[in-house]
Amino acid sequence: MNSPRERILARLKAAPKAAAPLRPDWTPPAYDAATRKARFKSMLEASHADVHEVSATDWPERLKTILANKGVGTMIYAPGTDAGKLLAGSWGDSPTRLVAYDRPVEDFKDVLVSRADAGFTTTKGGIAQTGSLVLWPTPDEPRLMSLLPPIHVALVEEASLTDSLAETIRAQGWAGQMPTNAVLVSGPSKTADIEQTLAYGVHGPKELIVLLIGSVSP
Amino acid sequence: MVAETKKLEFGAKAHVALNDPKLRANFRRAMDGLMTKRAAQFADVAEWTSLRARGAAVRANALAKLPELLEQLEANCRKNGIQVHWAETTAEANAIVLGILEAAGAKTVIKGKSMVTEEMHLNAHLEKHGITPVESDLGEYIIQLAGEAPSHIVMPCIHKNKAEIAELFHDKIAGQAYTENVDELTAAARAALRGAFAGADAGISGVNFAVAETGTLVLIENEGNGRLSTTLPPLHIAVTGIEKVLEKLDDVPPLLSLLPRSATGQPITTYVNMISSPRKEGEKDGPKAVHLVLLDNGRSRVHGDTELRDTLRCIRCAACMNHCPVYTRVGGHTYSFTYPGPIGKLLTPQLEGLDCAGDQPHASTLCRACADVCPVKIPIPDLLVRLRTESVRPTSPGAVKGAGSATSATETLGWKGWTLLYASPLVYRIGTRMLGWFGNLMPSSAPMLKQWTSVRTKPKFAPKSLHELAREKGFCDE
Repeated sequence: MNSPRERILARLKAAPKAAAPLRPDWTPPAYDAATRKARFKSMLEASHADVHEVSATDWPERLKTILANKGVGTMIYAPGTDAGKLLAGSWGDSPTRLVAYDRPVEDFKDVLVSRADAGFTTTKGGIAQTGSLVLWPTPDEPRLMSLLPPIHVALVEEASLTDSLAETIRAQGWAGQMPTNAVLVSGPSKTADIEQTLAYGVHGPKELIVLLIGSVSP
Repeated sequence: MVAETKKLEFGAKAHVALNDPKLRANFRRAMDGLMTKRAAQFADVAEWTSLRARGAAVRANALAKLPELLEQLEANCRKNGIQVHWAETTAEANAIVLGILEAAGAKTVIKGKSMVTEEMHLNAHLEKHGITPVESDLGEYIIQLAGEAPSHIVMPCIHKNKAEIAELFHDKIAGQAYTENVDELTAAARAALRGAFAGADAGISGVNFAVAETGTLVLIENEGNGRLSTTLPPLHIAVTGIEKVLEKLDDVPPLLSLLPRSATGQPITTYVNMISSPRKEGEKDGPKAVHLVLLDNGRSRVHGDTELRDTLRCIRCAACMNHCPVYTRVGGHTYSFTYPGPIGKLLTPQLEGLDCAGDQPHASTLCRACADVCPVKIPIPDLLVRLRTESVRPTSPGAVKGAGSATSATETLGWKGWTLLYASPLVYRIGTRMLGWFGNLMPSSAPMLKQWTSVRTKPKFAPKSLHELAREKGFCDE
């Protein structure tokens, strides 16, 4: 009984037992395909995100136009992902320069913290109920891409949309394979700490641009 | 900060707050808005009822299995590469955090929003040892600049209006012009904190839920400061009370659906951050070391009483304070401790002791507004009554810290006299006769009467008792 750990656990174990209650039924919402997509879009838009419906092949061109219209000078991207390869391969001539996040943060901090105007990431899914993107960073696609630049661009496939987080966790088998860091993103960074007035981009992105790739099925 | 050394009177501070029109206006505006937004989220009563039942059961389940789940959490965190530490007291927790920082040679720390580190007064401890903590949640940053404590657990600077914040930024941030434009104020904080994030040697955060099944720390927030604090610096230290554990990952969604909706009326927070390990081989960012500090600070004593244990279900949404007729009029600083409002007056006396914060359970009208909105069904008013009882008639020794501390010889004697008066018809008759003759001569400052008359008019005794009047009218009371 010498360590704080032992003393704390001993006290907790000595406490009178209460039966663990059954978890009563609770059903998260379910939608049909059309409602699912509409809800996903409208919830994201309500959180101040821009959603663009794109196709599996035209999205790099569409993105180029969106960024050029906004005057975005540089965008960081992950060169190792399939989307990153497609992006780099078809980028061609554009006022927006692509910069690869291809080294440890220690050697990339300056770009991340003060130079990149936008960051591009893929997503592992989207959640209709709350209009959330599931980001599942990997060695190829690091965590800070979606957080430090003033604009975050995220690519979502309609086929990956689920109705609720509860469904996502079960359908994608999260419990057995949690990554270093999983993140749900539902809009750009915001705060209401000053007189409950909404302000965007307090620490993270001021803008969230979502490219939603339609599914092939009708 | 003064909590340990001095009993702080809620009543006296409440009077000051009630007479501060600016504070009253700031809270009134904020709380009215929060109540409306929450109500809109739970307009579907059937959904609220079933979701809430699930949320309450999830938390009660975790508390029923608390020691086992903490051991499972520890084992899974270790397996994932997170180092786990246990602290019985806030002093131990502060020493652990300082030790980790010193071993890493850390001098500057960026902090995500965390109430448990407020409970520990961690910032003061770090500063005393030459380490600079910078609060990065905008609200926390504002009150850190002002040298104040949070007045609300979700919106720490809710007691301040735009003009006060504009003045503060103008004074404290070099080159910042006075502006009441919220976007400009927010941008100023972003600019001031960017460098602090980039230069910090370590990040410190709290934890909303710790999942035993996977060894995952869940943090929710809107600003991204929590994500930055736990990703950019090379070292991350998470601190949590031992009650925040959940059994399964499946337990997260219902609570996540209850917390932000109850707190700010949002369907979900902008970011839900789930941390399961330090940076792995080949990953390009994230901290190289992650530590988890599990703090008891009296929670295991609360857990030891099966009735009071419900206190620990709390998920810190603050709906109870947003709806409390007392809190909304006096604000969070009146409570003098880290956790204000209904959950505070329930939790604080149990953590700090009834001898130290025993007046807090009385700062309630028992109107049950807090219980009605609690997303995990904590019976706050019932437990407040239990604490009031404990302060004068302790149950089992040690169940509540400082139980019996409000027992006074005068009061005990008073009740004994009352019993005697009511048990004997003769003494009762003499007593009421005496009060009719001399009761009005009793000064307001008499023991027991003094406190009662501080907010009420002293009662006036009638010259004749009801019994006498009845007898004169011909009624028989035998």
